[in-house]
Amino acid sequence: MADPTVKDRPVQWPSPWPYDFPVEGTAASAPDKVARVAGVEPAPPVQMTRRSAFGAAFLGWGAFLTAVGVGKLGLVRFLFPNVSFEEPQEFPTAPPESFSRDTVDETWKKNGVWIANVEGSIIAISTVCTHLGCTPNWLPSESKFKCPCHGSGYYMNGVNFEGPTPRPLERFRVYIGDDGKLWVDKNMKCQVEQGTCGDRKFGIPA
Amino acid sequence: MIKQAGDWLRGTQVWKSIFRHGPPTTARNRTMVMLSNVFLHLHPVRARASGIRLSFTWCMGGLTFFLFLVEAVTGILLMFYYRPVAASAYMDIMALREDVPLGIMREIHRWGAHAMVITVWLHMFRVFMTGSYKPPREFNWGIGVVLLVLTLLLSFTGYLLPWDQLAVWAITVGTNMARAHPVVGYEGPGANLLQVNGIALVHSGDDIRYALLGGRFVGEATLLRFYVLHCIAVPVMAMVLMAVHFWRVRKDGGISGPL
Ligand code: HEM
Ligand code: FES
Repeated sequence: MADPTVKDRPVQWPSPWPYDFPVEGTAASAPDKVARVAGVEPAPPVQMTRRSAFGAAFLGWGAFLTAVGVGKLGLVRFLFPNVSFEEPQEFPTAPPESFSRDTVDETWKKNGVWIANVEGSIIAISTVCTHLGCTPNWLPSESKFKCPCHGSGYYMNGVNFEGPTPRPLERFRVYIGDDGKLWVDKNMKCQVEQGTCGDRKFGIPA
Repeated sequence: MIKQAGDWLRGTQVWKSIFRHGPPTTARNRTMVMLSNVFLHLHPVRARASGIRLSFTWCMGGLTFFLFLVEAVTGILLMFYYRPVAASAYMDIMALREDVPLGIMREIHRWGAHAMVITVWLHMFRVFMTGSYKPPREFNWGIGVVLLVLTLLLSFTGYLLPWDQLAVWAITVGTNMARAHPVVGYEGPGANLLQVNGIALVHSGDDIRYALLGGRFVGEATLLRFYVLHCIAVPVMAMVLMAVHFWRVRKDGGISGPL
């Protein structure tokens, strides 16, 4: 088993502290040695009490860890861009009269909404499928939204009736702006199944 | 003849400057071979015969590592032709298939990725079935779990790069999970606890998903982010952890014995 060519030597484990490798001179005499080599007077040894050493270590480590912490925060902050080139979250559409009864207007689909005039109010329906987030298609001939990913289907008012999705499409806040147009505010949304869409904020009377 | 040439080669200064030990004919020199090479020293100096048996390890960890190397080489080659910009990404992928010599390179990279996911699971399965996760190897099991996650993340981030319908929607659906992360995802539990005067501090414009995508939707910024994650961040993390993983196999007493 044992390799005859490798000399057995006693191994101490864990090795005692300080490690047992040979050190020339002692910590105290080392500066003298350097001074002697350089040919100058040795500097007087720095007197440090246990307490002040602890304080210095505390300060040093404290400063270091704080710097690392602040650096980490900067790193996280770096991931959040200041300027986004996406479509704005709040935008005007068209005057409310231009949305005729029982139709879905797809003009603002690129902004993530369908404007529907349904059940007596004008609503802004989110284009994000509530199953897993694909974008459904509006099929006018069948009068329904149909998701190509896994086949969820929604009525014109966004309420689901087929496929794997568990809940209706979400709706966004709408209001009439100073310019007389219908504005959509995607910062605020409601969920039909939670009964939060009754508010005037989420549908204006057609 | 050959022996003479070998002796001459081993006598040259070039050889001696690289290898600081004699031919591996003695046990001591064989030990030196392992210890004086930065790559080999990650391995145990000695291996149990049982640990080398294919029926014990299936060499699944080794195969995973091999596939990682395949992915690294083919991936770097693909990087010579692929630009992570929405306007050109898909065209570059098409060009890699149709115009670039050895269009199979992309297939090797893709199939290699699938294979690596399979082998890493099988490796985990064999480690589990042989009980090799038990002390003193718990820590290496932990490293392994992180390596598994990194392997899956490599596949996930690479999935977006072809920039076709499948890619965009798969990543859209996949990253939607981040919305539901507790506290830092805007639809997750606890997110609504962080409010000032009724205004939510965690919303779709500043939550964890926003940081991941560089926006609210999978877009130009996402493509670049995933490219950097896929080509640099995740591989570097995986390489460091693999070095630790192999080193720990050695430090934990080599490959475990049969049950
Ligand atoms: C990138 C992924 C991984 C690579 C490249 C890798 C590589 C390796 C290699 C080459 C070995 C030597 C034995 C063998 O080939 O089976 C090994 C052993 C081991 N791996 Fe992994 N591995 C990876 C992921 C994992 C995972 C996911 C786990 C489990 C959670 C894991 C846990 C272990 C343990 C505990 C050992 C020691 C086994 C023993 O001593 O028998 N590794 N790994
Ligand atoms: S994402 Fe729409 S059905 Fe699954």
